[in-house]
Amino acid sequence: MTAAMLAEAWLAMGANRLRTFLTMLGMVIGVGAVILMLAIGQGTQRQVEESIASMGSNLFIILSGSTTSGGLRMGSGATPTLTLADAQAVEELPAVNAVAPSAPGTAQLVYGSNNWSTQVYGTTPAYLTVRAWTLASGFPFTDSDIRSATRVALLGKTVVDNLFGDEDPVGKTIRIRSSPYVVLGTLAPKGQSLDGRDQDDTVIVPVTTAQRKLFGTQFAGTVRFIMVQAESAEAMPAVEKSINELLRQRHRIREGADNDFSVRNLTALANAAAETAKVMSLMLGAIASISLLVGGIGIMNIMLVSVTERTREIGIRMAIGARGNDILLQFLLEAIIISIVGCLIGVGLGVGGALAVNAFSGMAIVITASSIFLAFAVAAAVGIFFGWYPARKAAAMKPIDALRYQ
Amino acid sequence: MASPAAAVIRIEHLYKEYATDAGPVPVLKDVSVNVMPGEFVAVMGPSGSGKSTFMNILGCLDIATGGRYVLGGRDVGTLNKDELARLRNQVIGFVFQGFNLLPRASLEDNVALPLIYRGTPRSERLARAREMLAKVGLDAYHRSRPNQISGGQQQRVAIARALVTQPTLILADEPTGNLDTATSSEIMALFTELNQRDGITIILVTHEPDIAAYAQRLVRLADGRIIYDGLVEHAAPEHTEATS
Repeated sequence: MTAAMLAEAWLAMGANRLRTFLTMLGMVIGVGAVILMLAIGQGTQRQVEESIASMGSNLFIILSGSTTSGGLRMGSGATPTLTLADAQAVEELPAVNAVAPSAPGTAQLVYGSNNWSTQVYGTTPAYLTVRAWTLASGFPFTDSDIRSATRVALLGKTVVDNLFGDEDPVGKTIRIRSSPYVVLGTLAPKGQSLDGRDQDDTVIVPVTTAQRKLFGTQFAGTVRFIMVQAESAEAMPAVEKSINELLRQRHRIREGADNDFSVRNLTALANAAAETAKVMSLMLGAIASISLLVGGIGIMNIMLVSVTERTREIGIRMAIGARGNDILLQFLLEAIIISIVGCLIGVGLGVGGALAVNAFSGMAIVITASSIFLAFAVAAAVGIFFGWYPARKAAAMKPIDALRYQ
Repeated sequence: MASPAAAVIRIEHLYKEYATDAGPVPVLKDVSVNVMPGEFVAVMGPSGSGKSTFMNILGCLDIATGGRYVLGGRDVGTLNKDELARLRNQVIGFVFQGFNLLPRASLEDNVALPLIYRGTPRSERLARAREMLAKVGLDAYHRSRPNQISGGQQQRVAIARALVTQPTLILADEPTGNLDTATSSEIMALFTELNQRDGITIILVTHEPDIAAYAQRLVRLADGRIIYDGLVEHAAPEHTEATS
């Protein structure tokens, strides 16, 4: 019975190919737009999430504070108020996972005939933990390298590419500001940060080496900032509070006086970015769904025209024994076939479009089975929803009126 | 005449009125008639006499507002829409003046159409359709479309479609109205053959006396009432005169 109905519906659709195609087009564009927008939205979302993950989780950054000298207020980090001893003290606090004091600077690197200027981080091995960074080859430096301020370095991927090309850098000696450093290992690539910087364009050296031998500091033992990783997201407010208390005490800041340092929660920023990406993804999907709705209305419109046009046919069918439900099923099937076939083409077009966007603009895309399934479910629902009323109208006709219709 | 219980059609005091803005308009007034199996009945009457309404009620396409109509032992007045559809499908075969074939479907699909609504499997549907097409002499055209054959041939296809469900009753509404004289006599010969050889009951509406002459019995309506019901050859000349 249903097979026969399908054949009937197919025949009716074939009778007016252009119209069927145009009706379907509404569905094709709707589904295509949803798939494409979801792919782009989710792609962006994933990219943001990956950037966040590459930054490390549950992070604080402690910056040395601003000073005011002669009415001139300097920015954060202008005075070296943070020391390695501060970092060690913070490490003792409860719920703190890892602490990485950093003394960054820019330096010229030379290997053989190549040279490259890059950001050099003087830090501790904990930096790798905090930033969730792994090594691509070699070994990290150790606490004994920190103690003796040895000239060793870990190179980021961009630095390796620029200095070594295809050569294996591990064990080689490079020059940083003319002094020789042994390359202990290379860092795994991390890609762009949230603000677009190349995170792989970096060199890591022991913090003590940076302080004493590479950049020098105004005051012995000071660092520019300290990165702190809390054990969990839940522990972050408590950790922030205890860092503040500890450092105020250590820096002998009187009650009511301003901090000479500032503690910033990096994770909050990251979460906001992730949230934004998610909202954007939802917005894109929602806007695209409107075209799906418009496609549905197009189906309803054409089905209504079709029912009116075929009133006489409905009358003939009823006269020879079609029940109301037979007529209902026939027109509903037509609407559903248009929806489903339109959806199939739309999925193809959407996926193709997303791949093309990716190929031509490099924009990240994610096509999930769930978004395709969603598009399908919506298309079927649209077909049933918008096909129901015209089909109902056809089925409710009185056979005698339908037969007499001219 | 045999007992009314064996009648294909038993109509008792049938009334039909249409609701209009100007109040109810009576179309059929106290119509009573029985049709026995194997009869060939011609229904005549001027336009406005109620013969179309009468045929529509006979065909279960319309419902009477009063009286009783028993078709094949079932009281039509008590049936719902789906049961009426079933009855049309199983008991009645329709032949219309305008043929009423589906223009996009092939002849065999047209003939097989009533069987879809019975749930007959496709292969059997087509086999039966071919058989009926052969019976009306159009087997060779089974893949053609209705617009590729003549009017007389289209009416033959319509007859094949009416026959495919093996109905006990064929209702023909001006079946020769759109056909020329020669083709009309061919169609009437086919009806006569179905009636005499296969014993199918036929009720035929016409306004042409020479078409009515193929029937055995004449029912003449005027102003919603039966004014003559008897053998065609016994009818007074004014009862068989052409009406249009």
